[in-house]
Amino acid sequence: FPIILKSDVISTVEFNQTGEFLATGDKGGRVVIFQREPQGEYNVYSTFQSHEPEFDYLKSLEIEEKINKIRWLPPHNPAHFLLTTNDKTVKLWKVSERDKRAEGYNLRDEEGRLKDLSTITTLQVPVLRPMDLLVEASPRRVFANAHAYHINSISVNSDCETYLSADDLRINLWHLNITDRSFNIVDLKPENMEDLSEVITVAEFHPHHCHLLAFSSSTGTTRLCDMRARALCDQHAKLFEEAVDPSRRSFFSEIVSSVSDVKFSHSGRYLLTRDYLTVKVWDLNMENKPLETYQVHDYLRTKLCSLYESDCIFDKFECAWNGTDSVIMTGAYNNYFRMFDRASLRDVTLEASREVCKRRAVLQPRRVCVGKKRKETDVSVDSLDFRKKILHTAWHPKENIIAIAASNNLYIFQDRMAPNGHHNTPEIQSAPPK
Amino acid sequence: TKLDDSKMAGAEGDDSLYPIAVLIDELRNEDVQLRLNSIKKLSTIALALGVERTRTELLPFLTDTIYDEDEVLLALAEQLGSFTVLVGGPEFVHNLLPPLESLATVEETVVRDKAVESLRKISQEHSPVDLEVHFVPLVKRLASGDWFTSRTSACGLFSVCYPRVSSTVKAEIRQHFRTLCSDDTPMVRRAAASKLGEFAKVLELDYVKSDIIPLFTALASDEQDSVRLLAVEAGVSIATLLPQEDLEALVMPTLRQAAEDKSWRVRYMVADKFSELQKAVGPEITKTDLVPAFQNLLKDCEAEVRAAAANKVKVFCENLPEDSRETIIMTHILPCVKELVSDTNQHVKSALASVIMGLSTILGKDNTVEHLLPLFLVQLKDECPEVRLNIISNLDCVNEVIGIRQLSQSLLPAIVELAEDAKWRVRLAIIEYMPLLAGQLGVEFFDEKLNSLCMAWLIDHVFAIREAATCNLMKLVEKFGAEWAQNTIVPKVLGMANDSNYLHRMTTLFCINALSGVCGQEITTKHMLPVVLKMSTDQVANVRFNVARCLQKIGPVLDSSALQAEVKPVLEKLATDQDMDVKYFALEAISVLALA
Repeated sequence: FPIILKSDVISTVEFNQTGEFLATGDKGGRVVIFQREPQGEYNVYSTFQSHEPEFDYLKSLEIEEKINKIRWLPPHNPAHFLLTTNDKTVKLWKVSERDKRAEGYNLRDEEGRLKDLSTITTLQVPVLRPMDLLVEASPRRVFANAHAYHINSISVNSDCETYLSADDLRINLWHLNITDRSFNIVDLKPENMEDLSEVITVAEFHPHHCHLLAFSSSTGTTRLCDMRARALCDQHAKLFEEAVDPSRRSFFSEIVSSVSDVKFSHSGRYLLTRDYLTVKVWDLNMENKPLETYQVHDYLRTKLCSLYESDCIFDKFECAWNGTDSVIMTGAYNNYFRMFDRASLRDVTLEASREVCKRRAVLQPRRVCVGKKRKETDVSVDSLDFRKKILHTAWHPKENIIAIAASNNLYIFQDRMAPNGHHNTPEIQSAPPK
Repeated sequence: TKLDDSKMAGAEGDDSLYPIAVLIDELRNEDVQLRLNSIKKLSTIALALGVERTRTELLPFLTDTIYDEDEVLLALAEQLGSFTVLVGGPEFVHNLLPPLESLATVEETVVRDKAVESLRKISQEHSPVDLEVHFVPLVKRLASGDWFTSRTSACGLFSVCYPRVSSTVKAEIRQHFRTLCSDDTPMVRRAAASKLGEFAKVLELDYVKSDIIPLFTALASDEQDSVRLLAVEAGVSIATLLPQEDLEALVMPTLRQAAEDKSWRVRYMVADKFSELQKAVGPEITKTDLVPAFQNLLKDCEAEVRAAAANKVKVFCENLPEDSRETIIMTHILPCVKELVSDTNQHVKSALASVIMGLSTILGKDNTVEHLLPLFLVQLKDECPEVRLNIISNLDCVNEVIGIRQLSQSLLPAIVELAEDAKWRVRLAIIEYMPLLAGQLGVEFFDEKLNSLCMAWLIDHVFAIREAATCNLMKLVEKFGAEWAQNTIVPKVLGMANDSNYLHRMTTLFCINALSGVCGQEITTKHMLPVVLKMSTDQVANVRFNVARCLQKIGPVLDSSALQAEVKPVLEKLATDQDMDVKYFALEAISVLALA
């Protein structure tokens, strides 16, 4: 077995608005940006250290450098801007290209040696000359000291001047140009921490309406807030929650219903939520039940006890829409990830691992079976490796290209056929970068 | 001014070239601070290079230097705004356009804004021909740029060129502005909305009606509330441009809609701009439309909106048409104000408290006593200190209307009550207001009613209060003068030197520390110094070393004969004290006062 450094484990994956760039963050605080070449392959464009480990002396707490989320800003100018966050601090990075260099000093030659002063008879103005392309990442802003708990989400508003950052109990609203103050818009902290009954797990702005935001909680609810109504959004506009059948209630009911990710559809009409066992599609106009529910790995329902003991039950799987909102994708165990076609109701399980992912190979569907194997390729539930999990996935905003993070490997799969091809026959485009 | 090109460029010698050479080299230094210094002295560099080389070498270099840190770019953008003379005067001013154009597209808002400001400035130095040949094409390029940064910058440039170009170009400029108002990105629509009022001002009235009004209506109903709220301000500017008879049809429906917008941020903006709006629409529309709108804003469900409206209560009332002012206030505004006094949000109460006293001048004595005083009293007892402070700091305007006697009867008991509050933090807050009150109420009233309070705080059992009381005395002396100090407070302070409690004796020393400077040499030497010296034999060591510290503090106020004859022997004696702290401070005082 290759030894995996913990710091190399990928902790977030995100395409930019055009899909030309893809950013990953890892537990070592690094951000790697990939650029899509004209031939279609994604190659490393820039790598930089976004966060360093820190120590909070007041609370005697270590602050990990792990990148929790990355969000791209809409394009401003030829440079690219992205927000990155660890548990406490959000940073705005600029990634830009430089292809010119100034030349010509008055008092020194180009190697830096001082010239003889008596030879200087005229002033020289530096001139810019072309040089090899240099990509540089520079920190533009640091938004710190606004979160008492761990930041789980950041989301850029469609007004393009504000963004939100959410921790376990609060959501703050920032202006992208102002680092020394933010506004608290949601506060779930009870007066007495013993009354604490739920925490915020994820929050996201609506893609078009600058006043709408959704946040989900550990109790399985997702709330939609309208910032037009009040400055403080403690009172939600809508509450999306499915009534639990009391007969199926168990010790694990609340844990597995905790929402680990929420994503607005590109159209802005639907919400996609992921809990431990399912992904659900909600219509913003229907609060009492989801429009669609897809079982991600229902066969684990009988294994919850051991998953609880190994803490796996608290894994936070993310979910993603494809560009046209017709297919959804989310991760599972054993390096498997799942896709669901909303129209045909077909679903597929695919595997992202070094063994099966050879360049330009076509992925074969996998099947997990409970009990006896029906086919040679079937995998039994008991042989699933729960240490191999796919938590972070991203879908290209327009094309059928997906990025899957499995531990320290990033897999990029591309639809073998042109835009009309089936989603479930992806071809491996890129080998693991590390 | 014509600058001689050959002056520096010639081979005059190294000595004169050297400082400029350093400045030019440091334009590329790795240290941002050095680059910044060089950029700030860009005019020196340009002067040395002469106008020709500035145009052909320096400006092209600067045009491509947009990779730098924001602060460097900001300084550059600012410098270029006053560079016209350095490139050879108005006929060459267009040479400054390329670097400013690239600065107007960077991502950093402050840099872009500064570049736009400089562009606006130098636009005035273009001849009408140059404006059309060089400046307008730049505006068009920015307006149709790929990135929103350049399009937002363009929005601020239309109004400066419009008045000085031909009617064909004017039509093009209007078309470009129209396009930007319906841009895909909210950033550009916001920039356009914020410049709409300014642009309307330079347009011919017919075009205001035919072009600006539809744009205003569209922006005011934009899907993004961040755009709609900016349209409010534009609406105010547009309203000032239109004749009264057009207002109702062209502007009021939109403004009415804004005052009832679903988004509190838009309503906040209406409340925030209410005074300007009131002036722009005139007395009739104020009576029919603005009064009910204002009532609604004061009762808004969002506290931020109520606070913004509360801030405007006084100005709004002041500017009401005189014939119906009192009726409107008494029947429409005052009932809302009464509710705000007990609002659940402290920012609302605080905003109201900062203006409510101003209503008394408008309403006159009888109304103030009957209707306003009870409200002041409620706010004076508010749990939030900011509310109380805002009331106390505006007492003077009520004073003018109802007189000091009336005021003292009604408000003073409340102040005294707070001054004796069981919570020391409340007492502390009141002490901090004392100098302010003293200034507003005058010395006579102060001596009669408040002086004893101030002295009582000196023997408070909480140190923080005694300390604040000491500082308060100093501020009072600054207000009322040394003579007042000598007659009223100095005797009382010095009297405490004989108190049986050593803490009170120390308070005397602390007071002297604070007061010697403001009381001056005569009082310090004649009255304070003997007391301090006498205390050097106090039986409590803490008092003795504070004597040493006090002498060190007041030493500079004394003349040298007093220092040598009176202070020196005492300090020398203290320097041999048994207590090591006393010794330490005595020696320190001797060395600081140079008495060794």
